[in-house]
Amino acid sequence: MLNLETAQSPHMLRRVVIEPVSRVEGHGKVTILLDEENRVHQVRLHIVEFRGFEVFIEGRPYWEVPVTVQRLCGICPVSHHIAAAKAMDLVAGYGPLTPTAEKLRRLLHYGQIVQSHALHFFYLASPDLLFGFDSEVDRRNVVGVAATFPDLAKRGVTMRKWGQEVIRHIVGKRIHGTGCIPGGMNKALSVEERDALRRDVDQIVAWSRESVALVVRLCETGPKFYRNFGESRANMMGLVDASGASDYYHGGLRAIDADGETIFDQVDYTTYQQVFQEETKPWSYMKFPHIKALGAEKGWYRVGPLARVQVCDHLSTPLAEDERRKFLALGGGKPQHGALLTHWARMIEMLNAAEMARDLLNDSEIVGTDLMADKGPPRGEGVGVIEAPRGTLFHHYRVGDNDLVTYCNLIVSTTNNNQAMNEAIRSVAARFLSGREITEGLLNHIEVAIRAYDPCLSCATHALGQMPLEVDLIDADGALVSRGRKG
Amino acid sequence: MTTGGQGKVKVRLATTSLAGCFGCHMSFLDIDERLFELAELAEFDRSPLTDIKHCGPCDIALIEGGVCNTDNVHVVRELRANAKILVAVGACAINGGLPALRNRLPVDDILTRVYRDPNTGEPCVPNSPELPLPLDMVYPVNEIVRVDYSLPGCPPSGDAVWKFLTDLILGRMPRLEYSLLNYD
Repeated sequence: MLNLETAQSPHMLRRVVIEPVSRVEGHGKVTILLDEENRVHQVRLHIVEFRGFEVFIEGRPYWEVPVTVQRLCGICPVSHHIAAAKAMDLVAGYGPLTPTAEKLRRLLHYGQIVQSHALHFFYLASPDLLFGFDSEVDRRNVVGVAATFPDLAKRGVTMRKWGQEVIRHIVGKRIHGTGCIPGGMNKALSVEERDALRRDVDQIVAWSRESVALVVRLCETGPKFYRNFGESRANMMGLVDASGASDYYHGGLRAIDADGETIFDQVDYTTYQQVFQEETKPWSYMKFPHIKALGAEKGWYRVGPLARVQVCDHLSTPLAEDERRKFLALGGGKPQHGALLTHWARMIEMLNAAEMARDLLNDSEIVGTDLMADKGPPRGEGVGVIEAPRGTLFHHYRVGDNDLVTYCNLIVSTTNNNQAMNEAIRSVAARFLSGREITEGLLNHIEVAIRAYDPCLSCATHALGQMPLEVDLIDADGALVSRGRKG
Repeated sequence: MTTGGQGKVKVRLATTSLAGCFGCHMSFLDIDERLFELAELAEFDRSPLTDIKHCGPCDIALIEGGVCNTDNVHVVRELRANAKILVAVGACAINGGLPALRNRLPVDDILTRVYRDPNTGEPCVPNSPELPLPLDMVYPVNEIVRVDYSLPGCPPSGDAVWKFLTDLILGRMPRLEYSLLNYD
């Protein structure tokens, strides 16, 4: 395929811009350069904001970090809250969490997956799929969905609300609460709170299942279109547990290539700096990470639902695993790379999370009160990695003897998807826009491909990975002479 | 105000998120099923929840987030020029919030520390004209344009958003009881 990242002679071309990209979280814009025959020469997704979070978090006390860094994102504050807490468990010298504390963190996380996936599908993405990509602009939003499909909209709202209530009962507020602290949790779940959540959970599981069925029905309206739209052949990555099941809270890193062959498996995520490298491009504040061993050209990858359901060997719950198998049958053993299939994978994950939440709510340990792990000597450094709703999320901190942060590095899910999103919109531009008169509806096709990734551009603008620089001086025989380190 | 489909007069509501985290928009959605009631009273103009990219004349504009770059300045001025009532929603819009922690550091230093060539270590700050320039500091909205109301909280709860908006739309003086006022 033609490389559409950089045009040969941009000054000769006409510029079309989509600004701001809407029905996504945060600030992005797309520029497209066209020649006089409207052939596409360059397509770029720009992340236009810069915040420098990792720099100003330095000098803050370590124990406040899980609460401050969740302000990276209002959609998935829980992701940053948990990832930072996992890193700070290590920093502060705590041993393994108590069973109740780990279960509460998992329940919190599964509640967030339900609310985030429901938000994305019902509030943000569904208007495109229900009304068509080039339907009237005024109708393409959640209010439009409610006017035409009131029951569906109501169900979406109720599912998100349940996920938000799980979060509120565990951390005190729906958005930016406090629950995870280094070494455990700061509050037990009361029996009344557990019962309130348990009352509706079977309904949420049933509706999640119907949500998968809805996406399957949508895909059946144009199977080829759904499979090919925004297709970009990519490596894929996610966390899996020891059995190979997708694990959103903890596990080893696994990556496969576009044909499904393993690139690496059960990689200890604390070694991530040896595995990944990030590049800066002059036209975006969001960096471009890749797998170091494969180089920038071939080493970029996709994370999030579409990657996770295909990277893992199985899902841990029966209904979701059943749906995953039906999804896999689509590719006949080969991985799928179409952007719209992410919606299908996302609904399978929502079902997975709802089932796991139900199991935890039926587990008597969830209302236990032993919340804090045993503490050893501080370690001064910690890496916490989870699968956030949008994909793999890395938090890394170093803390000085005075308990103040001296180093912070974050690679957020959306940054991991940077190249994959750019490739997806180039695929759409080449196939649908090139050579045609550009209309609003056609431009929305580009946004549909971006939305499928459910990018969280606030996260990405706050958090700009700063990989430490390591330079090795190697002599002619390949022996290491010296190593310089920065960062 | 404009006339809705069934001849009902609806308030026109614009929203935007500047240097915030989208949490105030999430709290707005935490009104849950009351969203459908709101849709009877109001219709959206420019908002990240719709595909309307630029603001037309509207009654209420809700601004989340502080002002951190030149784009944010244009957006907040566009909303001020079009809206009868402009509301700073949440800690970031009111006083800069957490992103304003960068204000103690020169923006150049932050940029050159974050963006370095992984091979040479030289600074390589993104500089395309497509990218808006960061401001020297993160500013509260009221340092850029006049603000009519401030709704505090990080974020203000869904209940607070609902009480405030329905008061405003139905012509009451917005009043939040103590339990709905948070300064976290």
